[in-house]
Formats: sequence, C-alpha cells, structure tokens
Amino acid sequence: MSEFKLPSLGADMDEGTLLQWKVRPGDTVKRGQVVAVVDTSKAAVDVEIWQDGMIEQLLVPVGQKVPVGTTLAWYRAPGEGPLAHAAAPATVPPQAAASVVPAVQTAPKAGAVQVATSCATRRPVSPAARQRAQALGLDPERLQGTGAQGAVTLGDVEAAAQAAAPVAPSAPLTPAARQQAMRRAIAAAMSRSKREIPHYYLSETIPMDRALAWLQERNADLPITERMLPALLQLKAVALALKRVPQLNGFYRNNAFEPVVAVHAGVAIALRGGGLVAPALHDVAAKPLAQLMRELADLVQRARAGSLRSSEMSDPTITVTNLGDQGVEAVFGVIYPPQVAIVGFGAVAPSPWVQDGSVRAVPLCTASLAADHRVTDGHQGALFLAELRALLQTPEKLETT
Amino acid sequence: MTMDRETLKQTALAVLRGIAPEVEPGDIEAAIPLRQQVDLDSMDWLNFLIGLHQRLGVNIPESDYAQLVTLDQLLDYLQARLPPPA
Repeated sequence: MSEFKLPSLGADMDEGTLLQWKVRPGDTVKRGQVVAVVDTSKAAVDVEIWQDGMIEQLLVPVGQKVPVGTTLAWYRAPGEGPLAHAAAPATVPPQAAASVVPAVQTAPKAGAVQVATSCATRRPVSPAARQRAQALGLDPERLQGTGAQGAVTLGDVEAAAQAAAPVAPSAPLTPAARQQAMRRAIAAAMSRSKREIPHYYLSETIPMDRALAWLQERNADLPITERMLPALLQLKAVALALKRVPQLNGFYRNNAFEPVVAVHAGVAIALRGGGLVAPALHDVAAKPLAQLMRELADLVQRARAGSLRSSEMSDPTITVTNLGDQGVEAVFGVIYPPQVAIVGFGAVAPSPWVQDGSVRAVPLCTASLAADHRVTDGHQGALFLAELRALLQTPEKLETT
Repeated sequence: MTMDRETLKQTALAVLRGIAPEVEPGDIEAAIPLRQQVDLDSMDWLNFLIGLHQRLGVNIPESDYAQLVTLDQLLDYLQARLPPPA
C-alpha cells in the first residue's frame, strides 16, 4: 500500500486545506492525474499523483486543514497487495512529495495467502458495518479496519463515508483574507531567503535589436493566436544559457546543492489585486518556441484564475521575473528557496549604444542575476550572463535546442 | 457583420473585462492610452487582441499594434475592418 501525501507546493506553504476529492475509493488513477484540490494561501492547487494505482481509502475529509507531508489517501501501486491492516501514517520530511515516497508494502500475516486481486482478501467485517456499508454503497472489504485483527467496524464505515462524501467545496477565502494570507506567505518565504541565502547580484546590458527583428519577421506570418512575445525568447535563452552554467539550476537542500538537468523555469506572474506566484514552465530548454508560447499563455491564465497544478508549484528549478512591461530598467530578485538563482529582465527600450566606434540607438534590456553564493561565485554568474547575451544575438538558434 | 460604434465599444470592453475583471467600463477614458488606465502586461495585451480577433473576426497584424493606444483608436481600427455581413 502506498501513501498519497500532501506535497510541499513551495517554500511559502506549510499546510493546505482539502477543498475537493476528485477520486473515490476503488478508482484507478494514472500518473499525473489530479486526485485532489487543495487550497493554499495563493491558489486552489490541483494535486497530482505520481504513480499509477488504485485508490483504496481517502483519509482526510473535505474542509480539513492539514500540514505538508500528511497522508491524504492510501492507494495501491502496481504489484502491491490490498490494504491488510492499519499502518500508522508515517511522518515524512516536509520536502518529500508523493512521488518519492517508497511504497509501503504491508507484510502478509502468518498463514495468510496474499492474492493480488481487488476482491480476494477477506477481512472481518462486523454485521453492523456491513449493513451500513451496503446502505452507503461502499465495499466493506476494501475499507481499513481498526477493530480486533483489522476488523472493519461501524466507525470505520462512517469515517470512510465521510472522507468519500460527494464533493462540497468549502467556502473559499474572501478576497481580503486571501490577500492577507498571501502577504504572509510571501513574507515568510522571502524572509527565509534573505536570512539563509547569501545573495550576490550581477547585471548585463543586452542589445535586443536582432532578437526583436527576428521575432517581428516570424510573427508577421503568423495568426495572432500563434504570435510570440519577446519575454518568451528571454525565457528560452535563460534555459539554454543554463546548459553552460548548470550550477544555477536546481535546489539547495540539507547543506548541499542538488543540480537538476531539466530547466523548469518558475515564471513570476503578478496576480490582479496583488501578490504573485511563480509556477513552473516545464522543460523550457527542450521544447520548441511555439509550444512554449502556448504553455506560457495557459500558465498565466490559470495562475490568474487560481487554478495551478501541484507539479507547477513545487518544481521550478530557477525563477525568471520580467518587470519590463512596467517600464523599470532593471529588477534584482530575491531567490525563492530552495532554488539558487533568479534572473530578472527590465524594459526593452531604445537607448544609445556604442558599436564599432559609433553611437546608435538600439533597443536595450538589462538582465540581472541574483544567485546563491553557497553554490556559485560571481565568475560563474558572469559566464551565465555572457552566454545569455550571446544567445539573444543569435535568436534563430533559440528555436532549436 | 454590421455593428454600431456603441455595440463595438461594449464588445471591446467585455473582452477587456475578461482579462481585467476589476475594470469598471464607465471609468475608461476613450482618448487616454488604455494601458495607462488598466494594468495590462504584454501577455494581457496579446490576450486582449486575441479576444477581439475571435469575437469580431478582425485580423490585427503585429505591425499595427503601435496604432492601437487608446480605446478610440482601437474602435476606429476595428470599425474599418469588420468583415462584411454574411
């Protein structure tokens, strides 16, 4: 039997309220399927499961607030036997998500024959429990028993019925309360960042004339629904530049840097009414621009609507923030732990630029890097920004990886 | 598609509110740059134009974006390009 736990959905989250179950006991689930909706201070997040399996039992009722790492449900992973007895929910380190929890195989009792089909294991069920379960449309054999020798009691049936009750989303937070909660969450994460991470800061002026000309030509032939924004070229260039300096992409945990190969760029998205989220655009280095643009548009829309997925909240490996639309020249970010770097882009604006001994007006953009000195030094940061600038001078190469 | 200017304006504002729900249509000054009055980043702006394209069937090439600064300019532009009635 495996445990489906509430994953950490970011450094600023330590608990969540279960809003809705999307599955019921007995349902088969696929890796990546949304099984529950959990309210964090920032959004209602669709929580995905990271293994195929069959849901055995829902443990947390709708409306309950639980800490990160709490077992929300038991499910049977491929090859696992049915639930045999009540294993005490193991406590987990906060960072452990459902994806990394090893399957807890319950040992068959002496003499018992374990058969890997859903209906083969008979377990004691009290008559009252059986009657009640039938009335509720539950299969008592599948419930977790807390009685003698794992017997299913009336109380177990009632508990299971409650957990599996038809979805009745609890009242959402009022806008003011959500705003307050979000400010607290941002304060907690950013305070931790400033307390724990020795930041260093670098900036670089990047001529954007070639990138913009290339983009303009490309967009001219495309319907409006497929046109790309300059910010997308910047995102892709960041992802490719990280190939040269991979020490900026990953997590700092337990006093060590854990590099990540794929670049899941956390895109800082301002929310209407205040606050921000930085959900992941996945595998930026590996995807073509057209696909990234569709995914970015979808991500922004869902972030604003408050409908993000757990994987997007928990796995950005670096953050990219772009405040250029507001016209600021440069932004120096605060690293979002446990990440180790944040890249900022200011406005793209025509400015005097010296090239080959003469001054021209060129659209320029200031790119900045704030990085974790525990992992890298200014030299590596400088290499990254130089690579970023070089990539944006050859925009045609951003299309291919 | 025939559409008088007021209907066109209401349509444009409805699309805008889909992107920026906090907007009060009555507060928009038609002669002042729209992005000075409404907090729209480049993704919002693109989505606004996509919404107009989908509702009205008007193609808006990127090279024309610079002409579309105020609501009045936008309505002039759209009115001149509405597809003929079916």
